[in-house]
Amino acid sequence: MSALLEVDGLTVGYGAAPVLHDVSLTVEPGQIVAVLGANGAGKTTLLRALSGLLPPTRGRVVFDGADLRGIRVERMVRHGIAHVPEGRGVVTELTVDENLRLGGLWRKPQPSLAPIYELFPRLAERRGHLGHQLSGGERQMLALGRALAAQPRLLLLDEPSLGLAPRVTAQIMALLRDLRDRTGLAVLLVEQNVRSALSIADQGIVLSLGRIAARDDAAALADDADLRHAYLGF
Amino acid sequence: MTALKDRVTARMVAPASRRRLNPYLVVAVGAALVVALTYTLPPFRTYQLATIGAYLCVTAGLTVLTGLNGQLSLGHGALMATGAYTLALWQNKFNLLAVGIVVAMLVTTAAGLIIGLAAARLRGPYLAGLTLAVAVVVPSITSTFDETFNSDQGLSVVLNPPPESMTVEQWQAWLCWAGALVTVLALALITRGRFGRDMRAVRDDETAAKLAGISIARTQVWTFVISAACAGLGGALFAVLAQSVSPGAFPLTLSLFLLMAIVIGGLGRLSGALIGAFLLVALPALAHEIGEASGSQRLEGNLALTFFGVVLVVVMLAAPGGLASLRVPRSWRPSHTTRKKKH
Amino acid sequence: MDRFLFLTFDGLSRGAVYAAFALALVLIWRATRIVNFAQGAMAVATAYVGYSVADATGSYWLGFAVAVLAGLLLGAGVERVVMRFVDHSSPLNGVVVALGLVLIIQGVLGMIYGNEFRPAEAPFSRDAFNIGGVALLSRYDVFVFAAVGAVVVLLTLLFTRTPTGLRMRAAAFAPDVSRLLGVPVGGMLTLGWALAAAVGSLAGMLVIPTELGLHPTAMDVLFISAFTAAVLGGLDSPIGAVIGGLIVGLVLSYISGYLGATVAPMAVLALLVVVLLGRPDGLFARSKARTA
Ligand SMILES: Nc1ncnc2c1ncn2[C@@H]1O[C@H](COP(=O)(O)OP(=O)(O)O)[C@@H](O)[C@H]1O
Ligand SMILES: [Mg+2]
Repeated sequence: MSALLEVDGLTVGYGAAPVLHDVSLTVEPGQIVAVLGANGAGKTTLLRALSGLLPPTRGRVVFDGADLRGIRVERMVRHGIAHVPEGRGVVTELTVDENLRLGGLWRKPQPSLAPIYELFPRLAERRGHLGHQLSGGERQMLALGRALAAQPRLLLLDEPSLGLAPRVTAQIMALLRDLRDRTGLAVLLVEQNVRSALSIADQGIVLSLGRIAARDDAAALADDADLRHAYLGF
Repeated sequence: MTALKDRVTARMVAPASRRRLNPYLVVAVGAALVVALTYTLPPFRTYQLATIGAYLCVTAGLTVLTGLNGQLSLGHGALMATGAYTLALWQNKFNLLAVGIVVAMLVTTAAGLIIGLAAARLRGPYLAGLTLAVAVVVPSITSTFDETFNSDQGLSVVLNPPPESMTVEQWQAWLCWAGALVTVLALALITRGRFGRDMRAVRDDETAAKLAGISIARTQVWTFVISAACAGLGGALFAVLAQSVSPGAFPLTLSLFLLMAIVIGGLGRLSGALIGAFLLVALPALAHEIGEASGSQRLEGNLALTFFGVVLVVVMLAAPGGLASLRVPRSWRPSHTTRKKKH
Repeated sequence: MDRFLFLTFDGLSRGAVYAAFALALVLIWRATRIVNFAQGAMAVATAYVGYSVADATGSYWLGFAVAVLAGLLLGAGVERVVMRFVDHSSPLNGVVVALGLVLIIQGVLGMIYGNEFRPAEAPFSRDAFNIGGVALLSRYDVFVFAAVGAVVVLLTLLFTRTPTGLRMRAAAFAPDVSRLLGVPVGGMLTLGWALAAAVGSLAGMLVIPTELGLHPTAMDVLFISAFTAAVLGGLDSPIGAVIGGLIVGLVLSYISGYLGATVAPMAVLALLVVVLLGRPDGLFARSKARTA
């Protein structure tokens, strides 16, 4: 099976000094890969580089056999990559329905939102509400639903559990697992909530100071006490 | 909090100027130079020299306001008009020029205080919009009170003839440059002291300045008032130069020209204000000559307008960071004295 | 009473133009956080183009269409060539660049057309016809209401009913997120500027025949009135701009009707000061401080 996403020797930064050094990883179709690491390790930077928000200084990103170099951010979604940014990026001035429509806007004809509302009944109840009227959990669902409306093959998720109650986090994780199993969606899941992430991930990658410190099966990582103490803080 | 205050103070004090000119010396040399020029230049050039002096009063005040305090004013053309009309009315009644100039400055200062009080509560485009409205509306006041201001025709200015040993142009140049050099000296002294530091602190970071015990509003209002006084002086001198005042002499474009002059001169420097004042006289003169040569009247005034506009846009786009990067702070750093302020 | 009614209708007619012009300012402010101080000059430029075409072809309507089209192109051009490259670290940068454009446009217009007022024909009679014995409205006023009403309706439909409108709003509110969602944000900005400038041109075509005629500075006072209207409406709110425009139109009409036309410019200034200092958020705004 060929990898869906192949990152090779990626080096990227905001100015002269790189934040990520020589990062390589692969994501197979239908695989959830958790990216773990302390604050400032470079997880968000990794996702920003993958979706084209930050141009890499070195290295290659190949998605579904095609090199992504030089592809503009707004084209990424057409290639099948959806990025839910840190802090969710719900457009608070738009309604729930408008936010969701925005997700599928690039497709012709535009996809029905019914499956999304089916997945998130809560959003259906609040479809006419403005983004800033939503709770944190609802916003996360909206951001997720909006990304799914684009019908991506790879989902880049940046700390979906941030600021959410454990119960809501669990719901979202269950949903991701479900989506992977049902639709073969691949997910690159950045999380600080290590336990939750590893509970649904197939693979785990630990970033430390911009370098890959460890990678293994999710289960193995969860069991590796030394590693947990060293990098993951539990 | 203390740390923040230290940081603010440190930023304001740290890199002391490497070479700072003594302002008294500069002014003395400037005065000597002007006097020498008035005896060597032909009358028309002397008149232009005088005009540069009058403009310098305004651009110097404006560059302090915008460059050092971060307030944008498009209303300084209107403030000049205030000074000019005040002087005209005064002269036509009392014919006492020295007092008239002071009165013109006082009246303009009062007008500046009103605008400044409003301005201190406004930022960015709101401040720009308000001052733009002032610039557009104030000349039209001459029609509203036409018995006093005589509408579009304006007023002529009664002036005594110059001392017998001088030509009119020499006398004008001396007068205007006396005003300009006093203005520059006063501004140099003000901006080097504690108040100058407050102005920059407010411009750079209002929150930090507040934490350091600086009153934002008071600093902004005072700066506006000072620059208004300068504009009033400049306006009064213009009335003397033209020996008449009319609303047409103070259009919106005058305010925009002033803005352009200080931006191109290098925001926040008195030497930049001089460059700006020079350009304000030289470029229209150049455009005038081109217009004459081409035989097209339309070209004359409009060429300068277009040129100023292009330069303004190009400079703004070429300078990374826009206005902020056009500031050249070196010669403006305050002295080493550490600020001691209770709070 | 008749006079009051007359002034009311007159004020609404003026206000409709202010509303359109304020709407143009709001569109650009929402998208780029720039108050387009060049909007008046741009509108004058396109009005010159429109009237040149009208004079050459003898058709006012062709000139009108060309003016609006020219506004579209000029707006897009200004965004692509100039405004896109303005540094956003200080809100003053955009202001200064726009003022530079004012100088350029007024200078170029002066060079081409001269600095005299040129007469500008209105397509309909400006004489008020009688309704129930009172002269209230002219045909031209009706045309103004219809034109501005059409613009408001079309813009509302565009923004609320079409995918492009949704894209434009998203790009204005959250450019980074919008790009991740596949919205070509740069294109939306260009489109926004184009539309706004076209609306501004339309407002210019409507107001110029009612004033002294064509002149490079013909829109200076109108700009201030429209800016006041936009600020009154909150600068962020299209509905606010429309209502603000009507309010400003009424106030100015009453003042020039009862106190004399020469007071009107001062009244605008006074109104702007009152609005800026008295209602810091405008009537309909979300944002709190006047800090941009
Ligand atoms: N916009 C930025 N400009 C400069 N440096 C940044 C920027 N964003 C993040 N960084 C730096 O990059 C490093 C990694 O940040 P980030 O990728 O956000 O970490 P994480 O998401 O793992 O917490 C940090 O040291 C941070 O200071
Ligand atoms: Mg992060």
